Amino acid sequence: MGSLTRLGMFLAEEGGEHGGGGVEAGITSGWAVENVWLILVLPFVAALLIVFLGKANEKWGHRLAIAMMGYVFFHGTWLWILTMTDGVLYEASYVIGDLGSGFAFELGWVVDGLSSMMFFVVGTVALLVYIYAVGYMKGEIRYAGFFSAISLFAGAMLVLVAAPNLVQLIIGWELVGVASYLLIGHYWEEKENSSAGMKAFYVNKVADVGLILGAIMLSASVGTFNITGILDAAEEGAGELSSVAVVGALLLFFGAMGKSAQFPLHVWLPDAMAGPTPVSALMHAATMVTAGVYLLGRMFPLYEGLAADARPWIMLIGGLTLFLTGLIALVQWDLKKILAYSTLSQLGYMVLAMGAGAYTAGLFHLFTHAFFKALLFLGAGSVIHAVHSNDMRDMGGMRKPMPITYWTFVIGSLALAGIPPLAGFFSKDEILAGLTHAEGPSTAMVLGIGIDTFFFWTAVFGAAITAFYMTRAVFLTFHGEYKGHGHPHESPASMSAPLVVLGVFSVGAGFLNVPGVFTGMTKWLEIRANEFYEFHPESLDLGVALTGLTAGVVGIAIGWWLFARDADTQAERDRLHIPGLYPLLENKYYLDDFYLAIVAFIKGPLARFIDWFNGHVIDAVINGAGLVGVWLGRAVYGVDQKGIDAAVNGLAGAAGASGAVFRRAQTGRVQQYAAAFILGVVVLVISFVFVL
Amino acid sequence: MDFWDDGLGLSLTIFVPLIGALLVGFTSKKNEEPAKWLSLLTALVTLGITIAAALAFDYDAAASFQFGTDLEWIPGIDASYQIGIDGISLPMLVLSAFVTVLAIIYSWNHWDEPKNPKAFLILILVLAAGMNGTFVALDLILFFIFFEVVLLPMYFMIGIWGDTSEKKIPVFNRVTEMRLYASIKFFVFTFFGSAFMLLGFLALYFNSDPATFSIPDLIEQAPALGALPFAGWIFAGLALGFAVKVPMWPLHTWLPDAHTAAPTVGSVLLAAILLKLGSYGFIRIAIPVLPEQAKLWAPAIAVLSVIGIIYGSLACLAQQDMKRLIAFSSVGHMGFVMLGISTMTDIGINASIIGMVAHGVITGLLFFLAGSMHHRYHTRDMERLGGNLALMPRLGWILSFTAMASLGLPGLAGFWGEFGSMLAAYNPLEGLDEGLFRGAMVTAAIGTVLTAGYLLWMLQKVNLGKPSAEWEGHEFHDADGFEMAAWVPLLISIVALGVYPKLVFGATTPAVTELVAKAFGG
Repeated sequence: MGSLTRLGMFLAEEGGEHGGGGVEAGITSGWAVENVWLILVLPFVAALLIVFLGKANEKWGHRLAIAMMGYVFFHGTWLWILTMTDGVLYEASYVIGDLGSGFAFELGWVVDGLSSMMFFVVGTVALLVYIYAVGYMKGEIRYAGFFSAISLFAGAMLVLVAAPNLVQLIIGWELVGVASYLLIGHYWEEKENSSAGMKAFYVNKVADVGLILGAIMLSASVGTFNITGILDAAEEGAGELSSVAVVGALLLFFGAMGKSAQFPLHVWLPDAMAGPTPVSALMHAATMVTAGVYLLGRMFPLYEGLAADARPWIMLIGGLTLFLTGLIALVQWDLKKILAYSTLSQLGYMVLAMGAGAYTAGLFHLFTHAFFKALLFLGAGSVIHAVHSNDMRDMGGMRKPMPITYWTFVIGSLALAGIPPLAGFFSKDEILAGLTHAEGPSTAMVLGIGIDTFFFWTAVFGAAITAFYMTRAVFLTFHGEYKGHGHPHESPASMSAPLVVLGVFSVGAGFLNVPGVFTGMTKWLEIRANEFYEFHPESLDLGVALTGLTAGVVGIAIGWWLFARDADTQAERDRLHIPGLYPLLENKYYLDDFYLAIVAFIKGPLARFIDWFNGHVIDAVINGAGLVGVWLGRAVYGVDQKGIDAAVNGLAGAAGASGAVFRRAQTGRVQQYAAAFILGVVVLVISFVFVL
Repeated sequence: MDFWDDGLGLSLTIFVPLIGALLVGFTSKKNEEPAKWLSLLTALVTLGITIAAALAFDYDAAASFQFGTDLEWIPGIDASYQIGIDGISLPMLVLSAFVTVLAIIYSWNHWDEPKNPKAFLILILVLAAGMNGTFVALDLILFFIFFEVVLLPMYFMIGIWGDTSEKKIPVFNRVTEMRLYASIKFFVFTFFGSAFMLLGFLALYFNSDPATFSIPDLIEQAPALGALPFAGWIFAGLALGFAVKVPMWPLHTWLPDAHTAAPTVGSVLLAAILLKLGSYGFIRIAIPVLPEQAKLWAPAIAVLSVIGIIYGSLACLAQQDMKRLIAFSSVGHMGFVMLGISTMTDIGINASIIGMVAHGVITGLLFFLAGSMHHRYHTRDMERLGGNLALMPRLGWILSFTAMASLGLPGLAGFWGEFGSMLAAYNPLEGLDEGLFRGAMVTAAIGTVLTAGYLLWMLQKVNLGKPSAEWEGHEFHDADGFEMAAWVPLLISIVALGVYPKLVFGATTPAVTELVAKAFGG
């Protein structure tokens, strides 16, 4: 049986006040936590300065970006070390505007276990990606602009992560979106790329409706945008919040589904591959896609308590995502797309864990995944850089010319496949274990089976799929014969060094949380201003661990059996020609077509109808009224000028002259209109007087 | 005597542009330099006065009218020269003077046919006097005069400097120049609304005791006025006048035509300031004088607002003409402003004011950009444009940035108004139908998605991609010094308001809170 960890044991009794005063073994003041604004501001400084450097930016742009991110890395690591040693809890907010009725817009930062973990992850991965990009992007168009946009990207993510209130979270959230638009569409000369950027931005914008409405609903019910304040209210459970908590929480989750690319809003992420590979690495590892999971973590006390009924839906979406998107990865030829679909699948795991109430498990997987997924993407980029193609049919045999890339890629793949003692094994095991220990609404029975049990086996099956497609990718890319043209060689040190560093993390990160041995991650992530329960095992559950491991080994074995034996012909029989299923997967369940049809309808018939309505219905009324006014004015004018005997003449003249209406001198016409309207006003005044 | 005493300083915001216009009239028509410099100087002095007012303003007393005066003017009808500003009018006044300066700077070397800079500059200055006057007027007759004064310069701007392309006009069934159709439609439509507004003013005057046109006095008499049996119709009259100007759906159809036909600077001033006269009228006059009736009509206003948001955004998606797209976007954006007002809460009205300011700087800039692009490509057809970012990187990036601001990107000016309006619609004034307003909130939120849709689509059409064969090999001049001088201040304002909305809220929040408390109690 699992145990309930009462977080309050770690925090002092009154820990719940903003600023987190009174945390026992904690740091609540000091230079490091009081100056987190540096982390938030410096990336933006870099982004701006690069734009204004002018001609010098080709030489200095990347250095500036790396210097600023270097500082973020340093400060973030410092905070993480403080968290690991003493525990940190700090919150600062500065009012940027009062809206009235007690609502104030604020900017600030929160330093607690969750945010300092994110500072560390974002700082580390971003710095490595920047360094890698110096080599990768060399000679590419808009080299400096790339570093400006990627600084904006990381900066926005940091603003999001640090947010002490929902408004700042939204600011960071949407800035991440716009930065992704810039980066994915970096090569915007091709329509395909700009469309991919637009799609990412747009799908996220749709999801943001949920985030914004959810934020409004929760904030308006509590009377503050402050997250700690909202979670405090959730803890007390009384008042208006309790009636909207579940709906509000689901709306926030809808927002999270956009950024964290959950089914059926995942469609933007595979297309996001149009951006340069370093962008993919950053986006899939530390920034952007982690935002949704982070949001669930940040608001976890709400999902755990008052909005617990939202959790089964979160599990459902997470479970669907991990399974459905994993299947698509099986039929991909593009190396980056395999990794993209694997990211989707892994995000499904994280969301599933959050839905099951396994807070640490979900975030721990975010942590380990950040390292090995960044590693895999940068490794893929290294290969792509060498062969100038994304297609695995142009690769093969790359292990010989690119040994560093090969070995680090294998480490990343094994970590992703969940093979011990690499990082992915521990975090995935934690999720599986979390599912076996789920409680409350997360164990609801549907069709005679508990959803926790059902999704446990889904996750196990997903693990086997993961292991299989990663094995396929490794063999098609690195083994067998080289099928491309040109002479690939190992990438320069600026690219391979980040691979090695990430490789080390991918090996070691898992040991931060081994149930029953060392549960540091659990303890650190629970350093929060709000109390909550979460479900996690006290000791390593051997049964669960072996089940997960078996799934991974089976996946690898099948992959080995299919692709390792005769590497030369592997391309021929890679197609899993399962009638019905294969086209379904290749067309990504036809979701893109479905969405495109909706967009085409809105942009086409619907918009055209509105435009027609505007010109031919509303304007017809207006113009008709104008025409009547003209006739009226003409008639009055005629009566006035020529007397009644000339009325017939006047009318005839009016009919004849109506063709000349718009060719008349301007002043004359205005007088006519004015005459008509003054007449109208007189009529109105008279009727007004009569009415009174 | 102190500069601000007896309304001297504020009066100057009206009379400096008028005197400037007069002086420009005496300059030579052949040498345009004196006219330009004189106009710029006039506008800068006016801006200086408004900034000085903002600095001297007592923000602790932002709810009361400051720097004002009340002089006898037309004793026969008790009309007086009563002026003053509070926290609500202050940002609008500064915005008005600010955009006027930029319009003149931009005009420096951008004259639409038939040029004649002297006449055009006079019109800008007269327009400025009318706009500033509307924002400082505290007497209904004075307000009405300024409200109408702005019509004439704009009418001439559109009618003389406007788009000469010809189009078949429905119902009239004849082909006519766009500038003529648009200018007349603009004038008559607004005048039509104003007639009802004037009726409302007269009704207020005749039913007040003692009879007065003074807005503060009428607000004091609000309970008695509200008890009139036909008070609801008085509000409707006022609302009709203001709604045409905003414009609210379905009274908006003058706007796309006027904007599309107007010369660049005309569009800028129209979008940035003139539209706000309507929404400002709601906040300044209609709601505080007749609060109960405002509450009665609030659901209708809310419904029309969200129809405007959705309708305007959808209409944008159907446009080929870039300028017409931007014009239609105003219908949607002003829908958010009116949604905020319709909630009758401090949050909503506050949001609507910052929404007005933000729309002023953002859409003003978009019209500048559209004008400059037309200047270079001689077309606004988005099917023909493309690759602008490659041809003119500076202009292209500014366009991208401004489009992002226009779609309400958080961290830039446009976000606060949209977010605040939706927040307010979640909890409208007590007694208003919560279900209806929450429905409006959700609809408005869907509107933000459509807004993002047409702006991103426009960017892709116009900015991204490779330049088509039509433009390849052409040498285009990227944004020049005058353009940058006009645009950079707007860019800075967009960021500054986005990062520090207190620039507006600092003045408006106390004033709006007081206004709402006075109108609806609590």
